[in-house]
Amino acid sequence: MSAGAAHETGQSHPIRLYLLVWGWLFVLSACSYLVDYFHLQGGLRWFLILLFMIVKAGLIVAVFMHMAWERLALVYAILVPPAALLVFVAIMTFEASYTLLTRIAFALGG
Amino acid sequence: MTGFAFRSITAAQTRPGQWRRLSDEWSADRQAFRGASWRKAMMWIFLLSDTFVFGCFLLSYMTVRMSTTLPWPNPSKVFALEIGGTELPLILIAIMTFVLISSSGTMAMAVAYGYRQERVKTALLMLATALLGAMFVGMQAFEWTKLIHEGVRPWGNPWGADQFGSTFFMITGFHGTHVTIGVIALLVIARKVWRGDFDTGRRGFFTSQRGRYENVEIAGLYWHFVDLVWVFIFALFYLW
Repeated sequence: MSAGAAHETGQSHPIRLYLLVWGWLFVLSACSYLVDYFHLQGGLRWFLILLFMIVKAGLIVAVFMHMAWERLALVYAILVPPAALLVFVAIMTFEASYTLLTRIAFALGG
Repeated sequence: MTGFAFRSITAAQTRPGQWRRLSDEWSADRQAFRGASWRKAMMWIFLLSDTFVFGCFLLSYMTVRMSTTLPWPNPSKVFALEIGGTELPLILIAIMTFVLISSSGTMAMAVAYGYRQERVKTALLMLATALLGAMFVGMQAFEWTKLIHEGVRPWGNPWGADQFGSTFFMITGFHGTHVTIGVIALLVIARKVWRGDFDTGRRGFFTSQRGRYENVEIAGLYWHFVDLVWVFIFALFYLW
């Protein structure tokens, strides 16, 4: 029982795993820097930037922060609420478009 | 013990689906976050609230950038540095990113060695993490100085939309503050690890509580979060 309890509270994983994730984070960061270096534009640029960003964030949360080994109750309590931010993004996109429209219509150059 | 045996048998027979497990975990136990101590759960909840703080900063940045009629300054050019006669776009930001990721790597290893009770290795790796963090803050101070000399202010800049300065200083300033607080916390806990407080059960100077090596992991959670926020700032502010 005590071994089981220790396993539940202590997050002891092989060092190799951390080095591997570290290496991947380096590669992904280098890739997102290269996106800028080679002046990629348009849809490809946004797609690659967001892809590298999400993969990096996922690696950090899952392995470095040990979310992959936590209880589902904790995982959902922490990871679901930030999804509300996406709704906020949608609302503010409408708001910003409307502001831009009124600025163009009534106060161009301001 | 019987309850333990009973549970393992049912788990072997039918593996409940994810939603079933989730509702069981929330309803059946007195402790929903069993496995995570209250310290760790509280740190996670703090980080969730901090997520909303940075989320709102990035959202306000998105809103002002989308709604301005003036062109947004090109970050690739604004943050370029001339090294050896060649203009390298965003090079300082790239180095800062690598430094912060490296600090996350050493922190993760410090946590792992902490749970192996290897006091010296844990303390040294935490110290390395703090040094890399301090290096990051130093480079950020250099970047701020350079931009301020070039005329960037919260209310205007020489290249385009006025909102560039205010969002830049607010977002990177708050992030830099988080890094600075993290460096201080890491140094405090590294000192405790070095002294062997978590082995001898010495009480803390502020809370009078006995610490354990889990404290290293909780400090690590905060540190990885700071790195996580930088991933989003790097992608959305500097690369976009």
